[in-house]
This record gives sequence, C-alpha cells and structure tokens, in this order.
Amino acid sequence: MSKNDILIKVNQLYKIFGDNSNEALDLVKDGMGKDELLEKCNCVLGLNNINLDISKAKIQVVMGLSGSGKSTLIRHLNRLIEPTSGEILVNEQDILSLSQKELVQFRQNNMSMVFQKFALFPHKTVLQNVGYGLAIQNIPVDEWDERAKKWISRVGLDGYETYYPGQLSGGMQQRVGLARALATDAEILLMDEAFSALDPLIRSEMQNILLDLQSELHKTIIFITHDLDEALKIGDRIAILRDGSMVQDSDPQKIIMKPADDYVSDFIKDINRARVIQAKSIMTPSKSKSSGATVKEDMVLEDILQIMSDAPSKPVTIEDTKGNITGKIEMVNLIEGMKRPESQGTNITG
Amino acid sequence: MDWFFNFPDMSRSDLREFKKTVDFAFTDFSRSYGADIESFFDPLLMFLVWFEKFFINTPWPLIVLGILILAWIGSRSIPVVIGTFLSFMLIGYFGMWEDTMSTLAIILVATFLCISIGIPMGIAMARSNKIQALIVPILDVMQTIPSFVYLIPVVMLLGIGKVPGLIAVCIYAIPPIVRLTNLGIRLVDKDVLEAADSFGANYWQKLFGVQMPLALPTIFAGVNQTIMMALAMVVIASMIGVKGLGLPVLRAISNQYLALGLMNGLAIVVLAIIFDRVTQKFGLRMQKYRNDGKD
Repeated sequence: MSKNDILIKVNQLYKIFGDNSNEALDLVKDGMGKDELLEKCNCVLGLNNINLDISKAKIQVVMGLSGSGKSTLIRHLNRLIEPTSGEILVNEQDILSLSQKELVQFRQNNMSMVFQKFALFPHKTVLQNVGYGLAIQNIPVDEWDERAKKWISRVGLDGYETYYPGQLSGGMQQRVGLARALATDAEILLMDEAFSALDPLIRSEMQNILLDLQSELHKTIIFITHDLDEALKIGDRIAILRDGSMVQDSDPQKIIMKPADDYVSDFIKDINRARVIQAKSIMTPSKSKSSGATVKEDMVLEDILQIMSDAPSKPVTIEDTKGNITGKIEMVNLIEGMKRPESQGTNITG
Repeated sequence: MDWFFNFPDMSRSDLREFKKTVDFAFTDFSRSYGADIESFFDPLLMFLVWFEKFFINTPWPLIVLGILILAWIGSRSIPVVIGTFLSFMLIGYFGMWEDTMSTLAIILVATFLCISIGIPMGIAMARSNKIQALIVPILDVMQTIPSFVYLIPVVMLLGIGKVPGLIAVCIYAIPPIVRLTNLGIRLVDKDVLEAADSFGANYWQKLFGVQMPLALPTIFAGVNQTIMMALAMVVIASMIGVKGLGLPVLRAISNQYLALGLMNGLAIVVLAIIFDRVTQKFGLRMQKYRNDGKD
C-alpha cells in the first residue's frame, strides 16, 4: 500500500472518559488496564492507543462487541467526540487543529454519517431529510431539491419524497439515512452500525445496495459493525477492537486464517468457513498447471468443493484475476482450511 | 432556660426599625424612579388601551365572526366552533359583552408578553445548565409566592391601573412557558442532534431547524398553561384596577350577589375552556407527523 493511498491516519489515539483524564492518561500509557483504571480514577478507558490507516476508496470495517469503543472511535473522525490525546489526519490535514468554524466546514464537505437508529428528522419530509446537509450549506432550495431527488431515486425511494420518516419502515428509513449522507458528496462516509437495527433480509438487501453504490462511487467508508458476516461481506479490511484497544487490523481472509488472539478466534468460530475462505488463502503456491479444473483465486471453498467432488484426487489450479497461474489446491488443503485454526495464544473458553 | 421555651427573637423596636427601613427605602426608590418606570411602560399601556378599544368598538358580529374563524383555524373541529359560538351568544345576552372584551384584551396582551419574554428565557435555560440553575428558583418563587404579596410593590411603584395589573398577571403566568420551552428543547432526541452536528449544522441552525420545531408541541403546552393561568389571575388583577370580568366578581364577593358572581365566574370558565380546547387541538395537530404510523 503506497503512502498516497492512505486517506485517514489515526495515530496513538487515546480517549478517557471522566474527570482527571490527563492523570489517567499517564496511567494508561504505563499499562494500566480498563478495570483497574475505573477502580482507581473513576475514569472509563474508551480508546487505548489506536493506530489505524484507512485507504482511499476502500471499505474499512471496525468490529468489536458492544463497549469495545468502536462507536467512540468513529465519532473521533468527525470530532463528535474530542480525544484525550493523539492525532487524526485526513488528507494529511490534522483535523484536531481545526477551529470550530473550519470543523463545521469540514463536516459539511468532507464527511457524512449514517446512524444505527437512523436519526432522521421526524418533522421533515424524506426530501427535506435528504437535502438537509445541502440546505444548511445555504445552497438554494431549487438546487438541493434536485440533488436530493437524485439520491432518493438512487436508493430506490422514488415517490416517497413527501412522506415523513414515521410513515416508513425501518429499511426505508435507513435508505433515507444513506441518501442523506450521500447527498453532500462527501468523500468519506461514516457508518455507525448502520444496518444493525434492521432484520436480516433487509440488512442483506441494504448491504447489497451499499456495495452496488460503492462500485460506482468509490467512497472511503468506515463501517462499524458487531456482525462478522456483515464485516466479511463488505469489508476490504477489518479492524477488531477489544476494550478500547486494537487487537487486529488486516484483510478479512487473514482474520479468518490467522486470528491474532483468542478474542478474535472466539469471534470467528461460528462463521461458515467454507463460504468465506477464498482459494488464495489455502493454496500451495505453484506456477504449473495441475491435473484438475482451473478456478479463480477468490472462489470460496464451498464452490471449489463442488468442483472437486467430481474428481477428488485431481488438484485444482488457481489463477489470479489476470489469468496467471498462482497455485494449486488438493482435497487435504480444503479439509485443512475448513478446520478452525488454533490461535497463537493458549485456548481459553468462557 | 428562657430561650428554650421562647424563640430568641429580635427585640420589637429592632424589628419595627427593620421594617421601617425597608419600607422607606422602597418608598424612596419608587418616589425617585416611579415616574421613569411608569413612562417605560407607557408603550405597553398604549398598546393595551388600543387593543381593548379595538375589541370594544368593533361591532360584535364582526368580533364573533373573527373568533369563530380563529377557533376553526386552531382546532379544525366543528363542535368546538359551535360551542364557541353559543358561549359568546350567551355571554352577550347576559350583558357581559364589554367586560368579556376587556378581559380578552388583557389576556391576549399578557400572553403575547409572556411568550415574547418566556421563550427566549427557556432557550437560554436549555443552552446552559448554569442559567437553568439560576432561573429555576426564581420561577419557583414566582409560582408559589402569594400574588397579593407582589401586588404591594407593583402598586407602590406604578399605582393602580392597567399596567400594574398586566405585570401582576405576567408574573403569575410566565413560569409554565419558560419551563416547558426549556423542557421541550432538552427533550429533543440526542441522536437527531448528533446527526445535525455530523452534517455541520451550527448552533442557530440546530436551534431553529431541529430543536424548536421538535419542541413546539411541548412549547405549545406551555402557551396553553400560560393562557389558563392568566385567566385565573383576572379576579385578583381587578383588585388593582383592571377592568373586565374580574371586577363584577369582586363586587359580588363584597356584596354577596350570588347571581352576578356566578355569571361572571362562569364567563371566565367559558373563555378558559374555549382557549384550552382550541390551543390543545392546535398543539395536537402540530405533532401529527409523530402519530402517522405506517399501516
């Protein structure tokens, strides 16, 4: 990853909630844990030395259980929460140094946000909600009106312009939320558990809408979720938080194949590995063609299994997107890949 | 052991001295500034007089028509409009038209005054906890202090007349609008405010675009309460020279005229009910978007 690709850089970010946060900061830097800090200083450790590089035009997922600090982290990016210490660079500009006026400008133009509980304006129509980000920039009505309508239609809500949010279903409300965030044409989209409140079918549909839009718009998206399936489906990269600390930040395949610790192993133990692990993660590197069929390197194990079940003894050849042969997979690799990996640490349960 | 059975109070002469000092100080104050303060309120007096004259001099059918139209705009309810019509017909038939118009004038002016002072106060309270901590005890005092007590300094300063009456009514009626404006703004969903923040709304855009519209039903409940309390003050205000329905009631008390007291008292009740129903229905309609569930 070259340096230019990185749009957002988070350096040594700490957030401590409570009085005496500066005193507490020193203790945390000396290695004091969350529980001890709460007991000694009556401070809650929100974020503990977070370092994160977010690439341009990618979907960065931030995962963790509730209370792990993921919503706190995302709110630092547009300074809805002020950090205790640390640095946040967006486009190499330190956003913590922005004045109140510049911050307002920054929020209007560079970042928009989608919320877990939708947070639509109940007294405004769908059209006014979607146009809100534009209206507060004092863009004339006839102009934002048109742009808002475009995005309403883009998320499939044609004809609902004059409805109030209370008249729409949850899924439709979040489409409004998404359209509202997209309407400002901000480069960065913050999505805070945006689909968590929706039922599974609608959630899946919304994920598809998002991926569909992303293939066209190439936004930089920071997506918070506690759902690993969702993370694997949409994430280009997944960061996992625990008690305010970053546990692992890597591409999704690596999270599944090489979980950094027991916490991550615990996270991934219930997923259907055959459906998410791709050929490239388990293949043996090789330049020569094998006796079996040839498949793409991003094919998931389930599909390879289907192919190999016809001729179990013949290894399949793996090729990359350009058609170059990169490796081979034998039946034993498949079985090995589907097995749950042992984490680096000792295995504790409970 | 005397102090144990009798409270060790200050000596009678000291107490008399103390009261005298306070009284003289205030008398001096009202002598030197009373005229200035009175002229400060002159525009208010002119407005009130003009308003009252307007109500009394306009031919009654026009007034009734205007009131019915307003009742319809506010409530959109035929029963309320019919009730309003019958009430005003009865009031007029029993010879209380002029007094009712005077009362109406002072109630409307008082409400207008309370809204224009109370809402900004409520907004300031919602913005800062310190201001809230400062104003809440003042409101508590205003609501609990017997109204006769503040009539004394008001009368000493401004004499007897319309303006002191109006001020007394306002002191009594302003707390609900202040409290409910503050409450309404503070109750606005934090998520929605965060959303406004995340799109880069400034304080005023949040206040007028999000907080006030969402707090409006609560604020309106405050307006409703303010009107009710202003009406409740009508009789007491008549003691210091405010004309209207309160005056006959006062006369009825001192002379034991049962019918006169009942008639005018009921006229006040009728006005209160009309105001209440119309403003409540209007408040409900304002938050209609909340009740529009999906089918």
